[in-house]
Amino acid sequence: MGIADFTFYLFAITTVVAGLFVVVSRNPVHSVLWLILAFLSSAGLFVLIGAEFVAMLLVIVYVGAVAVLFLFVVMMLDVDFAELKAEMAKYIPMAGLIGVIILIQLSMAFGPWATAEGVDLLATPNATPEGAAHNTAALGAVIYDQYFLLFQLAGLILLVAMIGAIVLTLRHRTDVKRQNVLAQMYRDPAKAMELKDVKPGQGL
Amino acid sequence: METFLLFLPLVGAIICGFSWRLIGETAACWVATGALFLSCILSWFVFLGFDGETYTRDLFTWIASGTLDTSWSVRIDRLTAIMLIVITTVSALVHLYSFGYMAHDEHFREGESYRPRFFAYLSFFTFAMLSLVTADNLLQLFFGWEGVGVASYLLIGFYFRKPSAGAAAMKAFIVNRVGDFAFLLGIFAIYKLTDSINFSVILAEGPHLAEQTISFMGRELNAANTIGMLLFIGAMGKSAQLFLHTWLPDAMEGPTPVSALIHAATMVTAGVFLVCRMSPIMEYAPYATNFIVIIGAATAFFAATVGLVQNDIKRVIAYSTCSQLGYMFVAAGVGVYSVAMFHLFTHAFFKAMLFLGAGSVIHAMHHEQDMRNYGGLRKKIPFTFAAMMIGTLAITGVGIPLTGWIGFAGFASKDAVIESAFAFGGGLGTYAFWMLVVAACFTSFYSWRLIYLTFYGKPRGDKHAHEHAHESPKTMLIPLAVLALGAVFSGAIWYNQFFGHTDTVGRFFGVPYAVEGHADEAGHGEEAMAADGHGEAATDGHGENAAPADSHATEDSHAAADDGHGEAHYVFTGHAGEGAIHMAPDNHVLNDAHSVPKWVKLAPFVAMIIGFVTATLFYIVRPTLPARTAELFQPAYQFLLNKWYFDEIYNWIFVIPAAWIGRTLWKRGDGNIIDGGINGLAMGIIPFFTRLAGRAQSGYLFHYAFAMVLGIAVLITIATLSFGG
Amino acid sequence: MFASDIAILLPEIVLSVFAMAGLIAAVYTSKDGMAPALVWLTAALLALMGIYIGLTGEGSQVAFDGMFINDGFARFAKVVILLSAAAILLIGKDFMQRDDLLRFEYPMLIVLATVGMMVMVSSGNLMTLYMGLELQSLSLYVVAAMRRDSVRSTEAGLKYFVLGALSSGILLYGASLTYGFAGTADFAGIVAAVEGGASLGLIFGLAFMVAGLAFKVSAAPFHMWTPDVYEGSPTPVTAFFATAPKMAAMGLLARLAHDAFGSVVSDWQQIIALLAVLSMFLGAIAAIGQTDIKRLMAYSSISHMGFALMGLAAGTEQGVSAMLIYMAIYVTMNVGTFAFILSMQKDGRHVTNISSLNAFSTKEPIKAAAILILMFSLAGVPPMVGFFGKYAVLLAAVDAGLNLVAILGVVASVIGAFYYLRIVYFMYFGEEREGIDGKMSPLAYAGLMAAAAIMLLGVFNLFGVDSLAEAAAATLVR
Repeated sequence: MGIADFTFYLFAITTVVAGLFVVVSRNPVHSVLWLILAFLSSAGLFVLIGAEFVAMLLVIVYVGAVAVLFLFVVMMLDVDFAELKAEMAKYIPMAGLIGVIILIQLSMAFGPWATAEGVDLLATPNATPEGAAHNTAALGAVIYDQYFLLFQLAGLILLVAMIGAIVLTLRHRTDVKRQNVLAQMYRDPAKAMELKDVKPGQGL
Repeated sequence: METFLLFLPLVGAIICGFSWRLIGETAACWVATGALFLSCILSWFVFLGFDGETYTRDLFTWIASGTLDTSWSVRIDRLTAIMLIVITTVSALVHLYSFGYMAHDEHFREGESYRPRFFAYLSFFTFAMLSLVTADNLLQLFFGWEGVGVASYLLIGFYFRKPSAGAAAMKAFIVNRVGDFAFLLGIFAIYKLTDSINFSVILAEGPHLAEQTISFMGRELNAANTIGMLLFIGAMGKSAQLFLHTWLPDAMEGPTPVSALIHAATMVTAGVFLVCRMSPIMEYAPYATNFIVIIGAATAFFAATVGLVQNDIKRVIAYSTCSQLGYMFVAAGVGVYSVAMFHLFTHAFFKAMLFLGAGSVIHAMHHEQDMRNYGGLRKKIPFTFAAMMIGTLAITGVGIPLTGWIGFAGFASKDAVIESAFAFGGGLGTYAFWMLVVAACFTSFYSWRLIYLTFYGKPRGDKHAHEHAHESPKTMLIPLAVLALGAVFSGAIWYNQFFGHTDTVGRFFGVPYAVEGHADEAGHGEEAMAADGHGEAATDGHGENAAPADSHATEDSHAAADDGHGEAHYVFTGHAGEGAIHMAPDNHVLNDAHSVPKWVKLAPFVAMIIGFVTATLFYIVRPTLPARTAELFQPAYQFLLNKWYFDEIYNWIFVIPAAWIGRTLWKRGDGNIIDGGINGLAMGIIPFFTRLAGRAQSGYLFHYAFAMVLGIAVLITIATLSFGG
Repeated sequence: MFASDIAILLPEIVLSVFAMAGLIAAVYTSKDGMAPALVWLTAALLALMGIYIGLTGEGSQVAFDGMFINDGFARFAKVVILLSAAAILLIGKDFMQRDDLLRFEYPMLIVLATVGMMVMVSSGNLMTLYMGLELQSLSLYVVAAMRRDSVRSTEAGLKYFVLGALSSGILLYGASLTYGFAGTADFAGIVAAVEGGASLGLIFGLAFMVAGLAFKVSAAPFHMWTPDVYEGSPTPVTAFFATAPKMAAMGLLARLAHDAFGSVVSDWQQIIALLAVLSMFLGAIAAIGQTDIKRLMAYSSISHMGFALMGLAAGTEQGVSAMLIYMAIYVTMNVGTFAFILSMQKDGRHVTNISSLNAFSTKEPIKAAAILILMFSLAGVPPMVGFFGKYAVLLAAVDAGLNLVAILGVVASVIGAFYYLRIVYFMYFGEEREGIDGKMSPLAYAGLMAAAAIMLLGVFNLFGVDSLAEAAAATLVR
């Protein structure tokens, strides 16, 4: 077992265990932290197969942004997770049974795994050959050329996501005061102010 | 013209039945009646202008499928022409009569509209009957056959608030189904053997059918006989012959004009018409025709006996109809189809008149139908009395004996039937002859009994009804008068055409004939081969029955010459399918019937006199005699009063078991098993699952997700299990 | 190369550009004030595209290295999708306006969802499949939650979203298994790799993907979201859910089954047959207990999807053609039915309770008759067109040897007839009670009547849909 194998199993086992703890830990904050660990070890797996760009994306986007957002949400929501978990405990025997069944069948499938003829899938990790284009450049070439359609569709999906976020959250509240920048800028001090000559002792 | 007269009643029915709200009740009825009268006039034109040559008009192709090619057409030959005038005349008169008879009817509520419906049914019936008689193929004939059945059903059950009327209508329909089933089988058999159901083809096939066999109920049977039997069973149903007759008396639940039109003059004679129409096949089916004679004679006798003791005026006439139909079938069975048609023709007039007269009496007596409550009515309703009198004279066959034709309509035709039966000879002929003579005696008795009970004696029953008895309106009396003409003269006028010498009859029906002895030559000269085939087939077919008839013919041929009837004997030489009817060249019954001994000719007259005298004795001279006689012969009286217990026997044999099976299947099979099962499923099991599904739909997200995971587990399990295999 | 690719994708591109342009135009002008006009414009464009696709396009073309397939099957599905989306937009317009829901994003989201569906039925690659699916789903999640101030609507959107994410995960897992076996995500590559026999892992991949798609067509047991989402969403959105996305998902399933796994029919046949039977029965049985017509229509659509799946389960060209006929008929029936449901209101408030239909026939005999026709058609009563759809799928199943499935289908349709007929019963024989007003907007009225008329008049030749479907199926099944 070489160093590569060792790191693979390390990251793999860490990912699985972390995933398990995301589900079972009592404290939701802990769950999010376990999730971050899972992300990190997955990033490690990506590095192992030579996809360092994806690995970095995972770290930056998922760990840096998504998971932190999760943390905020979890802390802001007042959800009694313990109660939910207690509810779920009722289903554990049944769920466990089904989980075992699925697991057995999946292992039956993965045990004698055979790919179709002529497929050398991931036969060699760290697939970027020496002297070939840089990982990022290669991805760019693929995305903008071969998978142009998919890229554009992804763009549309993001557009929909944006529209959705706006539609579902943006409100035009009429009961709050708003800043009108132009009105502020075009304010004429001469019109806005009126000087009054107040006689002492009289008031207005 | 033929097309017009066929469809005019239909148009009348449609206008009357569907648009009376628009044009008003009375106007609608008049439209139907007017259409009928027009049709009637056209029919008389067709009849009088007809020269004996069959012609056919194709209107449109009805069904074309494989070798089955059926057109809707109008076939006009002598048979059709006769039927046309019978149908349209009686129908037109009945329409007119109905204006009076149906004016007020207590079976319907105030303001309820029933007359347009009645007239539409009548017109529809007429259309169906016309399409029956003008049919050029069996399918169209069957259409008309069923059409009149439907109309009959509707009209018998016209008083739909009366349970008995509904039951009678159902009975008529169901009993007819039995006959229709056999009729259909007959049509199928004909189609199977001749590959056609068009008359132009199948009628010419008669002799060939006699040589073929058909596998029926596991046995090889002679085709012509089988078909003949099946068709006759169909005719039995429609014409109320013995064993299938039970519906006819009950059908009297319908309004009286209906009884006159459908159950006396037209529909019930459809069976006779069918047998005559199929004469080219019947001629070669000796067993079938013998069966027809047996049944016909038995019916004539049976119905006459029952008629003796009935008290309901319409039932008496109904049994009388049944009996007269028996006469017609005897004539058809012995092979003189012209005579059968003759009796059909005359009977239509006098029987329709009797019914309409009875209707007039009933109308006068406020719908009282029991003759025991009549009596002494001749002063109150003299015109009706006169009409009934004429009808009775016609049906009992009053005329000058031995002249053959000088007399009322029934005299000419009924005597012709009886003489033909005797001329048929053999055991069967003798049997038929005596049955018919006895029936004639009974006919005379019950007819006079009807007259005496109704018009003579002291008024009985409800005094009020008698006081208010009144003569019927003109619309009812005019038809009686017209029919009276027919009842008096129709026999005498057309005697020769129907029952004259072979040449007259042959000319009338468009059948070729030749002088006897030259028949063979003529046959040889024209179509030698075909004639040979005929002779052979006929001999084969008639077998032993033909032999005595032949000997009779030779014996009596000299006598015939003495009789002064014919200088030269003619015989029919037509091939099957030629002319309106077919009588095989060796069928001498018509000739022989003219030369029967004098006592035979006198027999029906004597029988009539006996009946008349007995009736007079019973009901005028000694009015207490009937009761005493009934007392004396109590079992026989009960036997007759209960119509030979036919209804009871059928009830035991068919109705009760059928009802039991039906009830068992319904209560046990349908109610308990099927309904119970379905209800259990629908009200127990499925709602249980519904509740289950409702509970699963808890609204909790994790339940839903759980269900999905469960689904995946099932899917991959199936995938695993089925993978190896 | 690129130019021809663009030409093949022209309708999708036009619609996408239109969506973006519409958004920008609306944002910079009158915003929601422009929405009604935008709805008209969108509907017109959708219908136009539908007609364009229906009339042009010959044979099978591929774009982007086989990622996008434009063949007869795709065109048939697209026409159904586009026309039904246009119809739904129109019949729902007045409802949205009345409820102050008609925001300019709504038609644009529908357009984008429609683009997603068009990509779905045209996909020739697992990735295209997923992109189309997500584009569609995401738009639908949003429109389901459109009524922000209603707890039920947001709940519906959220449920749909979470479960949809789960199903997407399942689908992706299946896709990864498939990729792992075949070494390619192209359908053409997969079918070639599978030719020599599939491994169990691949079949699992297929099973997972079918499960993911079964969620989209709401086939049991992946249907659980359907009643809640149908009930909670604004009714026009529900109507949309019930029509175009179902066609798209069904088309996608057919494409996956035949284009990618066409050589191992027997392996997926049983899975789909099982889903079909479960859906038919669950839809029929669970609907009986419903009192809310929207929930009822949810179960009805589950049951109908079961029947369509039965056609697919046949695994033959005849089966696909039957499925297409069935879907086209189903979509038409639903447009008509929802046109009516959209108009069910009393004193200005929407009602969805079935009992509010009591004695409707005495008030509005013509509309009641139209509903009667639609309900009979949904139940599959001859001679309405709905019967012919059922007949086609049953025939396909029997011809493919799935006799048991066909028999169960008949049984389920008998059970299912109950609740359709119950609606008719309420309308014609229900007790006279305070019922719905029966007022309908002209557009909804037109939709109802047109659908009812089609259900009656289609008896003669189904408007030729059957021959079109046969031609379409022929291009898919080789």
